[in-house]
Amino acid sequence: MTDARIITGNQAAALAARLCDVQVIAAYPITPQSQLAEMLSLYVESGQLRAEYVRVEGEHSAMTVCIGASTVGARVFTATSSNGLLYMHEQLHWAAGSRLPIVMCCVNRGVGAPWSIFNDQQDSLSQRDTGWIQIYCRDNQEILDTIIQAYRIAETVYAPVMVCYDGFVLSHTMMPVISPPPAAVRKFLPAYKPHTILDANNPMTINSVLLPNRRPDSEGVVCDGYMEMRYKLQNALDRSPETIREVNRQYAEAFGRDHGGMLWTHRTEDADVILTSMGSLAAEATVAADALREEGIKAGVVGIRVFRPFPEKQEVVEAYRNAKAIILFEKSISYGYEGGLCSDLKAAFYGSDIRAVIHDYVAGLGGRDVKSRELVEAVKSSLARIAAGERELKTTWLNCHTE
Amino acid sequence: MPQNLFKIHEKEYVLPGTRACQGCGLSIAYRFALKALREDTIVTLPACCLCVLHGLYPLTPVLVPSVNNTFASTAASASGIAAGLAALNRTETTVVAFAGDGGTFDMGLQALSGAAERGTDFIYVAYDNEGYMNTGTQRSSATPLGALTTTTPVLTKQQHKKDFLKIMEAHQIPYIATTTPAYPIDLYDKFVRAKRIKGTRFIHIHTPCPPGWQYPTKDTIRIGRLAVDTGLCVLFEVENGKFRFTGRSRTLAEKGNKLPVVHYVERQGRFKKMSIEQLRQLQDWVDDRWEEYKKKAAESK
Amino acid sequence: MKKKDENISAMCKPTIGEAGRTGDWRDLRPVIDHSKCTPFVKKKAACYLCWLYCPEAVVKAGIPVEIDLEYCKGCGICAEECPSRAISMVREDKCND
Repeated sequence: MTDARIITGNQAAALAARLCDVQVIAAYPITPQSQLAEMLSLYVESGQLRAEYVRVEGEHSAMTVCIGASTVGARVFTATSSNGLLYMHEQLHWAAGSRLPIVMCCVNRGVGAPWSIFNDQQDSLSQRDTGWIQIYCRDNQEILDTIIQAYRIAETVYAPVMVCYDGFVLSHTMMPVISPPPAAVRKFLPAYKPHTILDANNPMTINSVLLPNRRPDSEGVVCDGYMEMRYKLQNALDRSPETIREVNRQYAEAFGRDHGGMLWTHRTEDADVILTSMGSLAAEATVAADALREEGIKAGVVGIRVFRPFPEKQEVVEAYRNAKAIILFEKSISYGYEGGLCSDLKAAFYGSDIRAVIHDYVAGLGGRDVKSRELVEAVKSSLARIAAGERELKTTWLNCHTE
Repeated sequence: MPQNLFKIHEKEYVLPGTRACQGCGLSIAYRFALKALREDTIVTLPACCLCVLHGLYPLTPVLVPSVNNTFASTAASASGIAAGLAALNRTETTVVAFAGDGGTFDMGLQALSGAAERGTDFIYVAYDNEGYMNTGTQRSSATPLGALTTTTPVLTKQQHKKDFLKIMEAHQIPYIATTTPAYPIDLYDKFVRAKRIKGTRFIHIHTPCPPGWQYPTKDTIRIGRLAVDTGLCVLFEVENGKFRFTGRSRTLAEKGNKLPVVHYVERQGRFKKMSIEQLRQLQDWVDDRWEEYKKKAAESK
Repeated sequence: MKKKDENISAMCKPTIGEAGRTGDWRDLRPVIDHSKCTPFVKKKAACYLCWLYCPEAVVKAGIPVEIDLEYCKGCGICAEECPSRAISMVREDKCND
């Protein structure tokens, strides 16, 4: 019988961590992640999950504990939000540089100053270059399924994975979620095989200083310099889309749910205008696209599911093949330029025959509500400007009183 | 081997030809710490002199599994290793965090306090060379009053050393000890004892540093002994709240023949700009603490 | 086939002389006068304070005591601490070998 529950995004994430038999959890509470940390404590203290739970004194230590435990060979889990994620920043680099398959949920929230406890994606977007794989979820079912996939991906490519979902919009909203049978998850997710060696009979020092140039070991094998070691991480992420797609395919086969590998599309086959976003706002965009179609505008949606590694050029170009206009909605901003997704998308189109006009909207910062009809109005206003001959549309702050 | 050396584990865990400076106090301390801890140990360390001693990829002189981590994270790294080992049922392995005074008194304090409060099963070692020696002798909160450093280059350090052992005592952990490489057997014994105890154990090693303290490399042991003889480094153990002097400090406490600090200060270039007033203040500071310790020892009887 | 570095993170293997032949760092060489050295004189394991205090573990506590000059950095602690003054530090350019 199907195990269907009505639960919040945080509860779905906690359930997923339990299904993955995580062995060490380290977490520090922060709104809107707290319920997830609490749920896991309940699981561990009530014996529903056999794991070591380290109630750390801060997020820097939360990630450090994950690094230590993962190095030893345990499957680890943590979650945070906003300034908590930023406080971890140094350790995010360390985790990726150590090639540890840590899975972390980022419950997306705006970043201070000034304070906001509400949702946007500035926190995870600003961690783009830490070497983590970043996956954005649309709904609570996708949160649960993605966490299970994330461990398979991380333990295959040896890179950490950040599973991002919108604070409050998903974290605190109850939705129906199907919990897969634990035995099936165990079958899908084999035990973690660490690449790090901490063995008294084969003592190694891990993560020492690397020189600019290569250096031979005692058997004469020329070993990596700092750049070679960095290249290996880049190469792992570069090649990971193949794994991400394959894991998604196998997951769909085993559990009947396909969330798209690197990206997903909604009614794009004949679309003149394509809306693009990440996370719950991308789900909102599908509602807007359907509404636009009812008004006779051929609209579709490309949802970017994996932001790092960025979907490969060929897949991106194919997804936007027939679009005449591309309208982005982003819950973050690269100050002094535009939304980060917009820059990446434009770069992916370079050298291709995509000539669509691109208009970037910054929307929903600090929890400002974004309604589907606002997306509809935004698209229509962009299309009107394009029809009037505008080709270069400056980033617009949606529903923001800028005057 | 003579009787007192006979008990020391023969195996060397640090192979010769390390990157540490000539006459390095840390090298001596680490050598005997690892002899006491033996194979089934995992060391974690931040960026510090010990990281240099551990060598450059792909080689290391160290025969114990070790994990580098970031500066502020040593105790949290040990927490993670201990949690991972517990999850994998490898609890017989001793987890040891080894950090300098900067990584302990300053930047690593939060993680250490958290780990100690949680009762994490590990040994935390602060090898205290009284400054940021690895980065070129900058001032830390462990630098003593009146010492020249590259960030107190003219006026000398204006504050006393942070009394870190009191901070650790406040955590009510089962074992706290102080030691010095000038008394390697004292150091060895304390690591052997710490290894047998469960929970958070803290060992402070007063660690002479020839380039940072500006004395000839041959004098590392002599300087370390003078620190004990003058009461700047007091050898003691606090086990389950019970304080007791050990070794040379016990003798000094019994005989009352502690030397004036000037004997220690005058042999080090770092104190060459110390004023008479600072010297007096340092002596008062040492005397006050010495009386405190004697009181504690009496109360613990 | 040429062996490659298969590590994906920096894992270091133990070796002697990680920093090279650190004996090259030396200006002064410890020279033992065995006629004054306790273990040699008494023909039994004794003293060995040079072994105890050596930061580099290059002193072999045997009869006679030997120092591995390949790696001895010449700090002079052994000479300073020797209770019978059996070790003297001699300038490298005055050593005839």
